[in-house]
Amino acid sequence: MQGFKTFLYKELLRFWKVAMQTVAGPVLTSLLYLLVFSHVLENRVTVFENVNYTSFLVPGLVMMSVLQNAFANASSSLIQSKVTGNIVFVLLPPLSHWELFAGYVAAAMVRGLVVGGGVFLVTAWFADLSFAHPLWIVVFAVLGSAILGTIGLVAGIWAEKFDQIAAFQNFIVMPATFLSGVFYSVQTLPDFWQAVSHLNPFFYMVDGFRYGFFGASDVEPMTSLVVMLCTLAIAAAGTLALMRSGYKLRH
Amino acid sequence: MTLALEIDDVAKRYGGFEALRGVSLQVREGEFFGLLGPNGAGKTTLISIIAGLARATRGRVSVMGHDVVDDYRAARKALGVVPQELVFDPFFTVREMLRFTSGYYGLRRNDDWIDELLANLDLTAKADANTRTLSGGMKRRMLIAQALVHRPPVIVLDEPTAGVDVGLRQTLWAFIRRLNREGHTIVLTTHYLEEAQELCERIAMLKQGQIVALDRTSALLRQFSGGRLLVKLASGELPPALAPICTPDEVVPGRLSLRVDSYDRLEPILAALRVAGCVIEEMELLHTDLEDVFVRIMRDSN
Repeated sequence: MQGFKTFLYKELLRFWKVAMQTVAGPVLTSLLYLLVFSHVLENRVTVFENVNYTSFLVPGLVMMSVLQNAFANASSSLIQSKVTGNIVFVLLPPLSHWELFAGYVAAAMVRGLVVGGGVFLVTAWFADLSFAHPLWIVVFAVLGSAILGTIGLVAGIWAEKFDQIAAFQNFIVMPATFLSGVFYSVQTLPDFWQAVSHLNPFFYMVDGFRYGFFGASDVEPMTSLVVMLCTLAIAAAGTLALMRSGYKLRH
Repeated sequence: MTLALEIDDVAKRYGGFEALRGVSLQVREGEFFGLLGPNGAGKTTLISIIAGLARATRGRVSVMGHDVVDDYRAARKALGVVPQELVFDPFFTVREMLRFTSGYYGLRRNDDWIDELLANLDLTAKADANTRTLSGGMKRRMLIAQALVHRPPVIVLDEPTAGVDVGLRQTLWAFIRRLNREGHTIVLTTHYLEEAQELCERIAMLKQGQIVALDRTSALLRQFSGGRLLVKLASGELPPALAPICTPDEVVPGRLSLRVDSYDRLEPILAALRVAGCVIEEMELLHTDLEDVFVRIMRDSN
């Protein structure tokens, strides 16, 4: 237990020491999205009744930040350790694959939730938010960060250089979050793209999270919850199996 | 008596390349053991398997009686490894890293020992410096401190003095000798054979993933008693009878190095030179050192 606690603390300190880059930067980016998109689209787009576009956008931006930063934290920490070779500092001690998994994912969740909280604090001023189901807000944020932390860990294990992490981030995570209904409701899409969106697990994360605020969503929140729990279970089981086998970590 | 290390028929294959082909050896508790071999012989691979950084394709390894796979927690607690590469974590200071490493081994409030390590390794002044700012020699000492933070009974050092200046080398060996006297088992790889000769009680030599010699250092040296006779001829040609034991001297051009397998061979060699009408300008007799033994074993095991 002491080993896990120390490892988690080290992972938290790692991103906190560079908080300007890992926390403040993403918060500013989201604020800019909000200012620009709401300026352009306010009064032109109505998604849910009685919810203006800016208010609709805020939960989406918060969730997008949670997801992207949870992914970034786990993947960048691991790939940096692998490329610089200091991964031996955690591979030599008696830390189990469970402890390493839990440490990386928990730190990724904290980073995702801290950035998400920051985005919420700076964007909420511009919106007229309600909190229909606060518990759902928390549950979806926590689950979303856990899933993306796990996927980030897989990317970090698989990648051998920074370039591959960037590819994973730019060609999978970024499009999947961007097209998950952060900026629009998928119900406004043509049938085909609506069906495609329903195959994107990120869509359920954003949709369920938004339900917590407005009590309205594109699909039943319970459906979203089940999709997320299944995604997390599969991702975690797969990642733990990889780590247990020593894949690309213990040659 | 417990064995500090037990390596039983360990093989390791990377794709089609066999890095280790059935290595077996035992290191007793308290020994100072040397693992020698040319680059690519498999020394680092073997250390990686002992440390759990790599997994053997075949065979078993245990540290202080604990299997490195089935009982990895106990095995890793008993082991301190100083890696060959000068790795560091640029996010943290010396003290932070040593506290983290202590925590990974389940130790809390280890600062007294950390301070002692820092003092012994001459790093006290750098305790709060970022590890990125350390010089190469300091990074090496930092790695040693990290390997010792949990006071492991078995310490493995993979080329700890590569690229380290003479003064620091002396300090390092004094410290490691003290650890050995205090009961720690030391396993060492190095390319500096004079260091191995001076420090190690027993030596294993690896070549192409196999052990080609494993004995007490003194026995290895005795096995090839005699030495080399260095001669520079003022006039005359080397008689053909001596050609098989002659190698050109690498240091002084024109000087010849004649292998003297035992000291009673010395007189016939000189006689052969005299009979051939050679006039000796310079002559020097060198005793066998580990380097000779190493070169000969590596050559003979072809």
